[in-house]
Amino acid sequence: MAIVTTTKGDMDDSLLEKKEGIIDNDNETTSWVEYWLEGELVHRSVDMTLKRMTVTGEAVAQSLS
Amino acid sequence: MCTSFKGELLVGHHNFGTGVVRGSTATDSFKAALYLASATVNASTTAYSATNEVSGTGYTAGGVAVTFGTAPSTSGTTAFVTPSASISYTTVTLATAFDCVLLYNSTQSNKAVSVHTFGSQTVTAGTFTLTMPTNDASTGLIRLA
Repeated sequence: MAIVTTTKGDMDDSLLEKKEGIIDNDNETTSWVEYWLEGELVHRSVDMTLKRMTVTGEAVAQSLS
Repeated sequence: MCTSFKGELLVGHHNFGTGVVRGSTATDSFKAALYLASATVNASTTAYSATNEVSGTGYTAGGVAVTFGTAPSTSGTTAFVTPSASISYTTVTLATAFDCVLLYNSTQSNKAVSVHTFGSQTVTAGTFTLTMPTNDASTGLIRLA
C-alpha cells in the first residue's frame, strides 16, 4: 500500500489502476507510471535517462577540431 | 586544437571578442526550461524565452535550477561537463506534450547553452525527472569534441 499524489489529492494506490511502460532507444531510456481512477488519468510521472543527447537531430558534441 | 583550450572554454578563460565583466570567479547559475512539442527550439536558439515554454500546475516559468557540482574535465581530445544531479520538475501537471529542454545560463542574461530533445511527454500530478548521463568524454551532457 502506498500513497499516490493525484489530481484528486493523495490516494491509496490500491484504489487505482496502475499502468507502466518503458521506452528505450538511442537517445533515451524512459520509464513512466500512470494511475487511473474510473477511466480518468489522475497521475503520470516520467523518469528519463538521457543517453545520446540530440539537438533537433544534431549530435550534441559540437566539433571544434 | 588544444584540448586544454576546450576545457578552458568551459570555465571562461578565453575571450576573442567583446566579453562580459564577471563579478567573481564563481560558477555561473544555470537553469533548465521545458518546451512544448510545437515550439521551435534548436541550435539557433540564443537565449531563454517564455514563448512556447510549458505551463501548468506546479511549473514555474524559467524552469528549475541545474547543479554543476563537478568542474569541467577533459579526456582524450574532448572537454566535457555534466550536471551533478538529476533535473526534476516535482508535482507538476503539464498536459500539453513537451519534447525538449533548454539549458541556459541565468547568470549571463539567460543565454542559451544547449537544447536536448526527447520523445514527447506529458505529466499529470507527477514528477518529470531527467537523469543525467555518465559524465565522461563519450556521454557527458556538454562535450566539446
